[in-house]
Amino acid sequence: MNTNSNTYTIIYTTVLVVVVAAILAIVASALKPRQTANVELEQMKSIMLAANIGETNGQPDKKADFKKLYDQNIVNTYVIDGKGNRVEGVDAFKVDLKSQYEAIKNGGDVTLPVYECKAADGSTLTILPCYGAGLWGAIWGYISVKPDGETINGAYFSHASETPGLGGEIAEPWFYNQFDGNILKDAAGAFSSIKIVKGGDNGDPNGVDAISGATITSRSLQNTIEQWMNYYKLILGD
Amino acid sequence: MDKETYLKPLFKGNPITVLVLGICSSLAVTVQLKGALVMALSVTLVTAFSSLFISLLRNTIPNRVRIIVQLVVVAMFVILIDQALKAFSYDTSKMLSVYIGLIITNCIIMGRIEAFALGNKPWPSFVDGAFNGLGYGMILIIVAFFRELLGSGTLLGFQIIPASWYIENGGWYANNGLMILPPMALILLGCVVWVHRSIDKELQEQ
Repeated sequence: MNTNSNTYTIIYTTVLVVVVAAILAIVASALKPRQTANVELEQMKSIMLAANIGETNGQPDKKADFKKLYDQNIVNTYVIDGKGNRVEGVDAFKVDLKSQYEAIKNGGDVTLPVYECKAADGSTLTILPCYGAGLWGAIWGYISVKPDGETINGAYFSHASETPGLGGEIAEPWFYNQFDGNILKDAAGAFSSIKIVKGGDNGDPNGVDAISGATITSRSLQNTIEQWMNYYKLILGD
Repeated sequence: MDKETYLKPLFKGNPITVLVLGICSSLAVTVQLKGALVMALSVTLVTAFSSLFISLLRNTIPNRVRIIVQLVVVAMFVILIDQALKAFSYDTSKMLSVYIGLIITNCIIMGRIEAFALGNKPWPSFVDGAFNGLGYGMILIIVAFFRELLGSGTLLGFQIIPASWYIENGGWYANNGLMILPPMALILLGCVVWVHRSIDKELQEQ
């Protein structure tokens, strides 16, 4: 057979592509439930680590069952709109943070998730997510705030594609553990988001040390937290 | 099939140290041994099965679109591995991020298909692909071994350097921070090439 004729080439490539597409579609839909479960587990892990649950000396526990911890410790979840009012009928865990980030940026209607978590000492922590753009891709994280509405209990950050060793350090314990105990106030006592600055503690109670060599990621993270805190400050402290 | 088919890709024709293919990913995924092992296994599976598949089809592939046909086959295997990692080993998939997807651009795979699988029977093609993947993986594992040990003091996540040696615990030792950055991978790779050429004098250029 002449394998170089146009008809043969067209039929051959069409059949090949259809067969390959079918294989991939079958495999992708077969693995989908497991992949979704992994993504959800990762989200639960982030929320728990932000509340400093499942950590030993600030390092994540490798053997911890974060789904169990999440189910045990999260007592309430809800969603707020741009004015701080609760929105009914939305599952906070399923809110897509990326679309909320777009809405914040473009001034649209927002529905922001809030988690309430039982701390070891019996008090209730408020855990607040944030999501924004880093240097190369998305960055996101969770911050847990103590019942006084201004003291940070813990934080956890992650990223899609920041440079390992530089911007990627935001996902490392040494960086996010610095947030523990910070106060969401400036030197004058007014509400203020976190300041990520060189040296960190330059007099402000809300400063953390930036990452050397990752100025843009540090600054983006500061802006991201501030954008989301502008909404969350409406509900903190009641 | 002679011994050359599987010995050559490991030593005299090693894809990384002799042919200098697949350098990009060998710099990127060698910070930790675990990443290197998964990457080595993934590349080995992709090269072996793509070569096998292309070899089975070699007499039917229209010559004018053969590169596209090869790409479709390689891409299929890469996506299968990426999907499987996301489902069964999510942490590794997160650690290797884009580099699994980028296996498709690894010159070793297309190189072996063009140079070997298109002109040989399926079984030798499979072996050739597998051993080229292993030759690549071997170098990855050597580099990752030194980078993880000297850069983080661990191997496969287990602490190897005693914790009491560290300065913060009153000792005298500190991890080499340069080891976890890509430039050090290039220097280590250079050392591997150097050792390889001092052992095998035939590889030395005049």
